[in-house]
Amino acid sequence: MTRALIALISGTLFGAGLAYSGMSDPARVQAFLDLLGQWDPTLAFVMGGAMLPMAVAWVIRSRLSAPLAAPTFDLPGTTKLDRPLAIGAILFGMGWGIAGLCPGPALADLAIAPGDVAPFVVAMFVGMAAQRFIPFTSQKPKQAGPK
Amino acid sequence: MGGLLIGLAAAIMLLGLGRIAGVSGMAARATGIADSGAPRNVAIAFVVGLPLGALLIAQTVGAVNVSFPASIWPLIIGGLLVGYGTRLGSGCTSGHGVCGLSRLSPRSILATGMFMASGFVTVGILRAGGWL
Repeated sequence: MTRALIALISGTLFGAGLAYSGMSDPARVQAFLDLLGQWDPTLAFVMGGAMLPMAVAWVIRSRLSAPLAAPTFDLPGTTKLDRPLAIGAILFGMGWGIAGLCPGPALADLAIAPGDVAPFVVAMFVGMAAQRFIPFTSQKPKQAGPK
Repeated sequence: MGGLLIGLAAAIMLLGLGRIAGVSGMAARATGIADSGAPRNVAIAFVVGLPLGALLIAQTVGAVNVSFPASIWPLIIGGLLVGYGTRLGSGCTSGHGVCGLSRLSPRSILATGMFMASGFVTVGILRAGGWL
């Protein structure tokens, strides 16, 4: 219960930050990625600003043996640079550019423009589920991305 | 300011619950698409918080301006690619971009470089083709 409450607070602050910073606006995100057009670099400062508290948090984390409200830290431990990571990131970047949305802003926008964002959110979950069935493991390097 | 809020949110998740505040992972876990990851109630609470936070800003600070592509197709194609790609690549802008980069994780540095480059190229192609 306490953990769910902490997660809710974290999610709420996250959503508030996305909405406040303009990150939840697909047109702003596309303008940020639009080097050839009227490039709007301001969202880079949002990402930079987000990294400041996190940089401090990683230092604090290194001095803690356990998180404050859970028994253990459960953090990604792999450092392997593999194909799924690279190909997944490229496909994600394509979708990010085409729609101007990534997962956080899309879910936050459900409160702002539910009708507009719904097709994206539905398609995103379909894509996530599809990855389970077409996992693109390294044994099957055949399937290429669209286009 | 908005960025600091996002970083604070991720710091609370890390120091409070010992987890990465990665939206794609949390969303997959909340819906049951992912079998492992955060406890289900934690993932659901985090995901529910996202629109709640946006609503809070709209109610207190003022209208949140969003403008969407006119056609539904970029949303559907973009959504499919974002969903598939974030699962395959183990994260999105929040997990790799904010949490991973600040941790100097090699995987996140690679992923963030790749999805930023891919986003720039994709929008560049759309711009050059006259679709924007």
